[in-house]
Amino acid sequence: METLKYDPAIFDLDVTPLREINQFLHSDASTLNGKSVVIENPNGAHNIAVGLKAELDITIKGHAGYYAAGMNQIAKVTIEGSAGSGVAENMMSGVVHVKGFASNAAAATANGGLLIIDGDAGLRTAIALKGADVVVGGSVGSFSAFMAQAGNFVILGDAGEGLGDSIYEAKIFVRGKVKSLGADCEKKTTSAEDRKILADLLIKSGHADVNPDSFQQYGSARTLYHFHVDNAGAY
Amino acid sequence: MCGIVGLLVRNQKMRDSIGELMLPMLIGMTERGPDSAGLAIFGSPVGADERKFSLYSGTDDFNWTKLGHDFEKHLSIKAKIQPKANHAVLITSLEPATVKIWLKEHYPQLHLLSVGQLMDIYKDVGTPAQVAERYDFKNLKGTHLVGHTRMATESAITPAHAHPFTAGEDWSLVHNGSLSNAHSLRRKLEYQGIEFETDNDTEAACRYLQWRMREGDDLETALHHGFEELDGFYTLLMGTSNQLALVRDPFGCKPAIIAEHDDYVAIASEFRSLAHLPDIKNAKVFEPSPMEMYVWKL
Repeated sequence: METLKYDPAIFDLDVTPLREINQFLHSDASTLNGKSVVIENPNGAHNIAVGLKAELDITIKGHAGYYAAGMNQIAKVTIEGSAGSGVAENMMSGVVHVKGFASNAAAATANGGLLIIDGDAGLRTAIALKGADVVVGGSVGSFSAFMAQAGNFVILGDAGEGLGDSIYEAKIFVRGKVKSLGADCEKKTTSAEDRKILADLLIKSGHADVNPDSFQQYGSARTLYHFHVDNAGAY
Repeated sequence: MCGIVGLLVRNQKMRDSIGELMLPMLIGMTERGPDSAGLAIFGSPVGADERKFSLYSGTDDFNWTKLGHDFEKHLSIKAKIQPKANHAVLITSLEPATVKIWLKEHYPQLHLLSVGQLMDIYKDVGTPAQVAERYDFKNLKGTHLVGHTRMATESAITPAHAHPFTAGEDWSLVHNGSLSNAHSLRRKLEYQGIEFETDNDTEAACRYLQWRMREGDDLETALHHGFEELDGFYTLLMGTSNQLALVRDPFGCKPAIIAEHDDYVAIASEFRSLAHLPDIKNAKVFEPSPMEMYVWKL
């Protein structure tokens, strides 16, 4: 494609329809690997740069709408403004970096990769997290990490109500206050191994200056998802 | 789904172009609400003893001049009538109760959309662009407004079911969301003597706030009571004579985004509707938290 001659390839969403840009980003990975792409005037459009599976470096120069960088694989996507609901939802790998704030359900069901949000994140952040790493520079809203199964969730600010409700094996690290914990979520003592996970994530997300020892870890009390003989009558 | 927009213009020089500033905001919410649209605009006040009555006829060929003549003849009082397609604003110094009785008696087919000294309401079925064209939204002048684009999920698509709703003079509300206890609220409120015009769930929320304020609550206290009693999802945006106010339900189910700029405050369901406002890059853009009340005064 013509655009490939240019590095970075620059798209203007005021001029080029989103579908055309996304189709370009879905070209054969071998033609895309190593390329940089800039998307100008995103103006809150939905579904920007979804379903990527090539080694691309994408910069969205402004505010993105819903599901930006959803289902991402391998690519690095930087959103210079804020992101709407469901940023990096079901991400499999790669890195998504939101420099502003993110709305609800960021990294919902994300399996792998790293989501960095410099500002605050909305409600239900990392809901049903399945293995990705999520680092939020600000605070997160209520019901975050609901039923989170695997992965690591680092919050430099505060957390809202019901953090980690019905959580499985995901690990949560909070530096600020937690308004309330959800069912079956409890404080944990940070092991040397978990401290290393946290320290590495802080470095990767641009918070190398933050002391890992200033976080409280939370996780599952494991009373909800194991069979308990007292509950036998319920089956 | 539905989309909401709100705009309060701080820069006095820009108030004559509030319609032009708002139009892309409303049209930007078309995908969220393609079946009806409406807005409440707060413009220049009528005389101290006068009030505006926003009327809706349902047909373009309604004889508004005759209504004006009949009104003056029957009631021996001056009235101005300003028609705009199937809407008209009637301006008179006669007290509202008498006007309402007269309208009901002589023009039962008309809907009285609002009463106030500053506020006009326009709402109708059609895409936001069609409704805006029909009532010349582009040339509206005023200080602030609330607007709505509707995707009906719980009651019929008619002009009366479109937003905004009103619960008192110079008081309007638009809603994105759905209430699951609208019918029980309605039964409770009718028992308190509150009258309903439609079976719309937003009207139930509107009448609930009307009732609370009648019982002496200020808007903030009324909304705090609302958090206890309104069951469902809502982002509510209200316009009164001198302010805009916004709340979101405890679960933050319905979106809202705010841009605060020296020249204006703009609110919409999504950033798409704010993207084209002047100098938006230098506005403070943020998401309102659930269960918090945001108020912007003129």
